[in-house]
Amino acid sequence: MPMPKTYKTEAIVLKHADLGEADRLLTLYTPNTGKICGVARGVRKTKSKLGGHVEPLMRCSLVLAHGRSLEIISQAEILESFLSIRSDLGRTAQALYLAELTDAFTSERAENYPVYTLLLDSLRLLERSPRREIFSRYFEIQIASHAGYAPQLHRCVNCEMPLKPVVNYFTPSGGGVLCPDCAHTEPVVQPLSVEGLKILRLLGRGDYATADRLQMSPPLAQELKQITQGYVRYLLERNLGSADFIERLRNEQSRRESVAR
Amino acid sequence: MSVSPKPALPAGPVARLIEELHKLPGIGPKTAARVAYHVLRMPEAEARSLAEAITDVKEKIALCSICQNLTDADPCALCSSPDRDRSLLCIVEEPLDILALERTGQFKGLYHVLHGRISPMEGIGPDDLKIAELLERLKGGSVREVILATNPNLEGEATAMYLQRLIAPLGIRVTSLARGLPMGGDLEYADEITLGRAIEGRREI
Repeated sequence: MPMPKTYKTEAIVLKHADLGEADRLLTLYTPNTGKICGVARGVRKTKSKLGGHVEPLMRCSLVLAHGRSLEIISQAEILESFLSIRSDLGRTAQALYLAELTDAFTSERAENYPVYTLLLDSLRLLERSPRREIFSRYFEIQIASHAGYAPQLHRCVNCEMPLKPVVNYFTPSGGGVLCPDCAHTEPVVQPLSVEGLKILRLLGRGDYATADRLQMSPPLAQELKQITQGYVRYLLERNLGSADFIERLRNEQSRRESVAR
Repeated sequence: MSVSPKPALPAGPVARLIEELHKLPGIGPKTAARVAYHVLRMPEAEARSLAEAITDVKEKIALCSICQNLTDADPCALCSSPDRDRSLLCIVEEPLDILALERTGQFKGLYHVLHGRISPMEGIGPDDLKIAELLERLKGGSVREVILATNPNLEGEATAMYLQRLIAPLGIRVTSLARGLPMGGDLEYADEITLGRAIEGRREI
């Protein structure tokens, strides 16, 4: 049976890049086809009827046509614009981080519905709730898990004994936690406190609501950040630009606050 | 089995010209060859003038030390003009945006070109733009209002929000271009963000 010329799908726009005179190349995440790339023709002109509907971080309903190598976007309409994310710089930066992680952890045309719902639910959560660092940690663990890299958090990855409530060690290359006796078996390890492990388990289970209610001391937040970001960096073998940008915004913010005081 | 002979290549200088032309945006190998042969047939004076025009822009055009626009004199014609309002400063992403704004004839202030926009995913951060130069310029004290004219898309708005955070504490008024409907457009095709802001910014007639 020949493929139909056009089809409808919804998608979240992960990123865009200018193409030619007035076109844009969009990276889209769809529920049933996974990540796809599509060309939106003429969207950089002010009068384009597509332009405002296919900005990054929007959920839209699309009509796509099969092109020779890329899909062509023929119609678009916003379903959710996440306005309160886009009108706040800190949230925009965090949402861009989610999009960049999703882009980095997925490959084209590999259907992964749970990733779509994870991204959509996370954007909705970000739109409602105040910015919290734990939110980025949650997404880092979840997206890695959905891509098949769930860290092992209940047994030592070397001796397979259940972990005891003591300071254990996280290993990115081993993909989980090592007990104190096995900590020497991997070249790079990071100490992981009992509290830290508890939160990682919550996040690994996808229980964001409980993790969000916890009070976290700055050292504990720092410990978790080093572990999950280190894990993501190990898996992707690169730094993510939007993570650096979040960091920069946070530093500038605290500098401004200390000047004001 | 005989190996087919290599196709005859054009002589060295022609091949080099084709190769150089091929590097330009939108010019494929066929177009490059066609343009190269056109240049070969040109009168020598014309070809020389083309070559000079190319070397001239590279030698004579630099960034204006004040507004960072492309210019052949420093400071540029706009920055040194006595007719411009020095208390108004319009921030744009690219030099071409100045041309578009100048065509309106509505703006009498000065400009500042950022040469890009913040795009974390592409690794373009605040340090890659002419933001330090802007802040240095604002310290001069003559600017009362900064108009953010970055593009109305995610990166442009993020850049505008970032600049607003930096400039507002200096006690300078920060505004942005209005968002609304383009002339000749159709209401039904407008996206909800544009339309929402158009309602917000409605005015009496």
